[in-house]
This record gives sequence, C-alpha cells and structure tokens, in this order.
Amino acid sequence: MVAHNIFSKRNRALLRELVVTDFKLRYQGSLLGYTWSLLRPLFFFLILYLVFVRFLRIGTSIPHYPVYLLLGIVLWNFFAETTSQSLGSVVNRGDLIRKIRIPRWIIVISSSVSALINFLLNMLVVLVFMVWTGADVSATVIWLPLILVEIYMFALGVSLLLSAGYVKYRDLSHIWEIILQGAFYLTPILYPLTVITSHTLQQFLLLNPMGQAIQDARTMLITKDTVTIAEVYRNAAMRVVPVLISVVVLLLGVLYFRKQAKYFAENI
Amino acid sequence: MAITTDPDEPAAITVQKVSKSFRLPHERTNSVKSVVLNFYRRRQFETQKALQNVSFEIKKGEFFGIVGRNGSGKSTMLKLLAGIYTPTSGAVTVHGTLTPFIELGVGFNPELTGRENVFLNGALLGFNRKEMQALYNDIVEFAELERFMDQKLKNYSSGMQVRLAFSIAIRVKSDILLIDEVLAVGDSAFQRKCYEIFMALKNEGRTIVFVTHDMNAVERFCDRVLVLHQGKSQGVYEPGEASAIYDELNVADSEETGAKEKSATRRWGTGTVKLDELTLYAQGKQLRRGMAAKTGEPLELHFTLTGAKTKKVVIGLVFEDLFGVNIAGPNSIGHSFQRGDTIVYRIDKLSLLPGEYKITVAIYDEQLIQEYDHCEKAYTLNVIADSHNLYGKVHFFGAWSASNE
Repeated sequence: MVAHNIFSKRNRALLRELVVTDFKLRYQGSLLGYTWSLLRPLFFFLILYLVFVRFLRIGTSIPHYPVYLLLGIVLWNFFAETTSQSLGSVVNRGDLIRKIRIPRWIIVISSSVSALINFLLNMLVVLVFMVWTGADVSATVIWLPLILVEIYMFALGVSLLLSAGYVKYRDLSHIWEIILQGAFYLTPILYPLTVITSHTLQQFLLLNPMGQAIQDARTMLITKDTVTIAEVYRNAAMRVVPVLISVVVLLLGVLYFRKQAKYFAENI
Repeated sequence: MAITTDPDEPAAITVQKVSKSFRLPHERTNSVKSVVLNFYRRRQFETQKALQNVSFEIKKGEFFGIVGRNGSGKSTMLKLLAGIYTPTSGAVTVHGTLTPFIELGVGFNPELTGRENVFLNGALLGFNRKEMQALYNDIVEFAELERFMDQKLKNYSSGMQVRLAFSIAIRVKSDILLIDEVLAVGDSAFQRKCYEIFMALKNEGRTIVFVTHDMNAVERFCDRVLVLHQGKSQGVYEPGEASAIYDELNVADSEETGAKEKSATRRWGTGTVKLDELTLYAQGKQLRRGMAAKTGEPLELHFTLTGAKTKKVVIGLVFEDLFGVNIAGPNSIGHSFQRGDTIVYRIDKLSLLPGEYKITVAIYDEQLIQEYDHCEKAYTLNVIADSHNLYGKVHFFGAWSASNE
C-alpha cells in the first residue's frame, strides 16, 4: 500500500517520475529544449534592463537596480508559478485521481517542485548577473535558504488551498489570476519601497510574506540599500510575523487539503 | 442459496454495511447571469444512491467476482475497495496489500515513448526506478513490443497499449488484485494470455476481485460472485447461480424498458413484402413482452406478412445475445412462402441458455437477391431455466453415460 509518508521510498520515486515527465512534456518538440529554462530569464533580464535602466531610468537611487529588480521578479515568479500551476493540478490529473490510489498531495507537490526547479535555474541567471554587476553580497546571505523555505512554505500552503478549492469552485482560477495581478503591485517588486511615502503603508506591505522575503533576499544578495521589515518596524523580531503567516497558511492548506482529498475522485 | 463464509478463515476484504451516495448538482450554472441570480440561493443537489447497505466478505486466495449491469454500482464498489472513494457510511477493511488501480494504463501519456510510459506507470503502481529497470525487459517481452519501445505511445494501436499496460500491471506484487473488465479489449491471442495469467495468479493463492458483466469469464474463473442490482446486494453466490440470477434480473429490467427498446430498432428493405407481425409462443402460450421462454421447452415463431401476394419469399432469422454475438441464424431456404400463409418456425427444444436475446427478421425474394424487409433486432426473447447449473450460451441436451463390463 502506498504509505502516506512524504519520505517513503515509493512516494519519492513517484514524485520524481511525475516531475521528470512534466519537464519532458514541457519542452517536447522544441529545438532548444531545456535551455529555454535558462534562456527565458536571460531575455527577461535584458528586457528589464532596457525598459527600466535605459528608457525609464527608474531606480537610479538603488545600486545594481537591474539585478535588484530581477531578483524580486524571479522570487515573485516562483510564488506565482507555483500557485497558479498547482491550482489546476488536482483537476488536471483527474484521470489519475479517479483511477488510482496515490497520495493526492503528491500531485500538488510535483507541480510545485517543477516550479522550484525552474526557480533554481532562474537563480543561476541572477547569480551570473550579480557577479557581472558586482553586487554587494552581505554576510547575512547564510540566512537565504531560510527565506527560500519561507517562500516555499507560503506558496505550498496557498497551492494546497487553491488546488483543493478548485475541485469544487471553478471560478477560483479567474479569481486567483486577478488576485495575483493585484498582489504583484502590492508587493515591492517593480518599485523601491521608498517611493511609498506612508510609513504605515510600508509597514503593512511588509507583513506580506512575499514582500518581506523579497526585501530580505535583496538585502542579503544585492545591496543593503533595501528597506526591510526590520527597519520599517525598527524591530528585527517583526520578521517572525510574516514567517508565522506562512506557517499558518501552510497548516491551513494541509488541513483543508486533507479534508477535501477524500472526495476528489467523485467531485472532479 | 447464498453461501456463508467460514468465520475461521481470515478475510482479505470485509465490507460492512457500505453505502455510497453522490451529490449531483441539480442545475448547472453556466451563464454569468444565472450565477449572479443564484448566488444567494442555496445550490440544490440531487442525491444519487450508488450503493445501499452492501455487506460481503472476500476470503484470502479467493477469485471473487462482482457482477451487475451498467449502473448497478459495481464500479463504485470497486473504487471503494481500491480506496479511491470514501464510503458515505459503513466500512471497508482490507487485510494485506491491494493493487491501487482499477484500470490499465493509468497515467499513460500519448506524447511519451513506450519506455517512458513504462517507468511512469510503474512509479504510479509503486515501483521505484531500480525495480522498474529490473522488470523492464520482462515487461517488454511479455507485451511483445520490443521494436516499439522508443516510439511515442500515440503511434501505438489500442491493442498494443493494452498489452503494454497489462504487462506492467501484472508485475504488481500485491496480495489482492482488482481487475475491471480487462478482457473486453485486446485480440483473442492476448485474451488467452490474460486467462493464463489469471489462472497462474489464482494458483499462486492471490486474492483476485474481478468486476465484469461477462458471465462466461465469471463461470470460468470465479469461486464466488457478488451480484449487484441497482445499488443493492443480491447476495453472494456460486458462479452458475450468480449467472442465472443475473440473467433473471436482466429479464426483469427489460420488462420495464421493453416498450422503449422496440422503437430503437432499425428497419429497411424494398418493402415489396413486409413482416406484419411476429408472435412467439412458448409451451403453447403466447409470449407477451416481459415473459420468458424456457430452456429445453418448445418455442414457436409465427409470422404474418403484408404486401405483394404473388411473390415467394424466404425468411432468415438471427438470434443474437446482448453482446451482438450471433448465436443462431436459421432460414427457410427450400420452403416457399407467400403472403396469406401463416408461417411457423418451431423449435422443439429451445437450446438457448438463460439470457436476453434479440431476434432479427429478414425477408428476401426466392433467389435471395432482393431484400424486401429487414427488421433488425425487432424482437426481444428472454430465456430462463429451471436449473442454475447451466453454463455457456447453448444447451446440447447431451447425455452422460458410463459402462462397466
């Protein structure tokens, strides 16, 4: 019997096979294949550089602004890709769910791992540009993995909620698209947080785990000239709040998913 | 007579008072307008009771059949056993490992090669990559697809896909196997192979749950059979009995739907001479819709014709079972009939075994060149029997004897 254990050998083998298949299918028939995973962020950076640095001349106050921007977008894209891909994952794999007993969460995890791999490739590109532009890497960079774990927990929690909810409420895909668009602008990604004059609003925006994580990652990797949650609240312990939000969202996601998973086969 | 299970023997699967209901949305809200209008109204649901209070036990090492018509709940039962559905009430207890799938080739992707699909499907069935690598050659060999493994699955014929899927599925080393009508697909050579495997599995002492409506397969393999009808258990029987009960249920069902079926048949021909009426008499009594003839008893078919009186005709009949298999095709070649005659075809001892049969009537000219009237599956013949110990489709009325000098 398939054990309900993430770390069981069987589940890991299945997870791996699902992720590999996903990757194979994604680049099937394309000439450059997997290299697109690297080419996409490269060209994306080029566009960002041209638009923001050459034409609009935004963010001149921040050192290494193009990489700063790229990092923010890469982190955000990881969140957006994970959640929007996971949203339909359970429904899209209805064929499996109706016909075979596998742990349902594996489907969501596999789509999040696909996004994670994409993200790591993107980070490789970010790294190249960091070296190229001579970014100011801080010693606090050792905390970066924790930031990534936080983002992953948050994204996974939201993904579990969305994928289980989508089985019943098919409007969710459209609603989530709109929310993601709105949230993109509510998160300091394109603009430096300093353009927001209201201090309270700054404080509020950084309670969002994504906002806090992106700003912290930027401080660690690119420049100390980044407004972080610790500075906005003048209290380093405030960092715990968005992390707690991520944990709570993940817990809620797990609970809701587990409750709904029993009825996936008949509701899809 | 239902068989009771021996309490001392360990059960592989115990199903206790299981019910399963589905909530089907009453009205689908498709337009934006209806969504807005109905937003505050509670959505209405229709509850469909797929299974009601079903209990049975499957013993270890048993070849257990589940039969029933479409909509009887047998697929739902299988999904409950597989753990794909959760029962609304009651409990399913499984002792031992169970194949997790109810269909072959789950997760097969047409865009992947045969080889890639083997590994993906294997992972879904619980094998890791190493195990699959060890099994790979056997799988391919059994499926007889050595030359095709690097081709995409979409270029496979459906028979090839089934062979590959079956070949992977039988590697699963679980104590209990769930099989859902795999025999309906594949050519006869492959079916024979499947039968051999089933026999081997049975001899290995594995527990097999086999869901089907193929009574021949049931009689051939199953030790005991659960008969489901409209979501309710009709009891667990020996294969011969189960087969008879299944047939009786089919007869009862067609009584209810008889009127509908007649209008669904097709009719064509030049119309020079047409069949006016076909009346069936069993044991001297006219068979009305819903009544059944009996195996071994006389059956008479009385024909009356309309149309051109001067034409001589030949009548051909086809007796088909529900799967469309032609069981018998008597004709009147050598006899000369015309309109006005009361034409009778008499069978002294009906050799059809219990079941539902369709009768097609075709009227030709004497030279068999022109088809005057063809009434496809125009009549339904239900057959029952007194004995439950009859297997197959036809009865030979043979006699056993022994001599000892």
